[in-house]
Amino acid sequence: MTVREAAREAYREGLPALAASVLGGLLAGVVLGGMRGDFARVDGLLVLVPALLATRGNVYGSLGARVATGLHQGLVEPRVGADRRLGGAVAAALLNGLLASAFAATATFLVLSGLGRAVAPAWTLVAIALLAGLLSGVVLAASVVLVVFAGYRRGYNPDTLVGPIVTTAGDVFGVAFLLLAVRTVLLVGGG
Amino acid sequence: MATDWRVGAITRAMLPVLLALTLVEVGSGLVLGSFEAELLASPSLLVLVPVTIGTAGNLGSILAARLSTAVHLGTVAFEPGDETLAGNALATVALALTVFPAVGLGAWGLAALTTGARLRPATVLAVAVTSGFLLSLLAVLVTAVTTYVAYRLELDPDDVVIPVVTNVCDVLGVVVLFLVVAVLV
Repeated sequence: MTVREAAREAYREGLPALAASVLGGLLAGVVLGGMRGDFARVDGLLVLVPALLATRGNVYGSLGARVATGLHQGLVEPRVGADRRLGGAVAAALLNGLLASAFAATATFLVLSGLGRAVAPAWTLVAIALLAGLLSGVVLAASVVLVVFAGYRRGYNPDTLVGPIVTTAGDVFGVAFLLLAVRTVLLVGGG
Repeated sequence: MATDWRVGAITRAMLPVLLALTLVEVGSGLVLGSFEAELLASPSLLVLVPVTIGTAGNLGSILAARLSTAVHLGTVAFEPGDETLAGNALATVALALTVFPAVGLGAWGLAALTTGARLRPATVLAVAVTSGFLLSLLAVLVTAVTTYVAYRLELDPDDVVIPVVTNVCDVLGVVVLFLVVAVLV
């Protein structure tokens, strides 16, 4: 294969996934743009954003890869409720997602306090991270499993579906539920 | 890939790496926090944040997935003149130059439609394309080095390379955006 052929093939195969994730990223950006007031009210929230978005990709990307591999190996059936392994994998993803979200909020609070920068109370950041992690986690776990199953039954390679779905849905749901979580926590906490 | 799908087994395999990657991402959050005032003043820059980070991570993960497969198949040699390596590197830069103009104009247009844009479209376009070009070069470098290290250490590149590359490229996405905004805006 010449350099030109290798480049053309990689470009053609990469463009659809990248275009989908650009669309998702821009939508997430619009929501983030609408949250300027929230970032001004909750000090440290913007610092938390990359960690929360990356957690979605890391946790649910790994769930998707696990389910795709399980389908390839015949370990799981492409039906919801067919087998307890799937439930275990989803529960583990939700648990790890919540732990990483709370950890990110705590680390953000400690680092910003240590640097002497303005930061919201620890419980506010942790509550926002947990609520956003739970809501986006449930929706992402369901989307990943359903889309991988549907794609597999229609004959698509589940491995190539997981990346674009998780990055696109992860950005959009991640930011949308972050907005919902911030507003809820501020309402309940009276902040 | 482990065949034990119980919650405890999955968590033991996953959580340490996940928490380490989370700390790295908090680091990129601190960079983002250091130009919070500029981001809050210019909605089009705030719109650029998730899409720049995400696209940088994806450029890296697409290349990483292809190089990992090539390593498994034995069709790549880690030499500067290798056709597969050079072709994939070239495609990564070409992909960045294709999507980042749309990213810049899209971010400006969406900001103008929703919250109102303060910067000129040409400025946002220049920020997006410059960041995208630099990030594609960094993505190639990070991915090639990580895949090579995983290959030399006999780790499965599929397990190691994609999470490392995606998160490192996320962080670089924020750092490059910060530097480009400092120079161009």
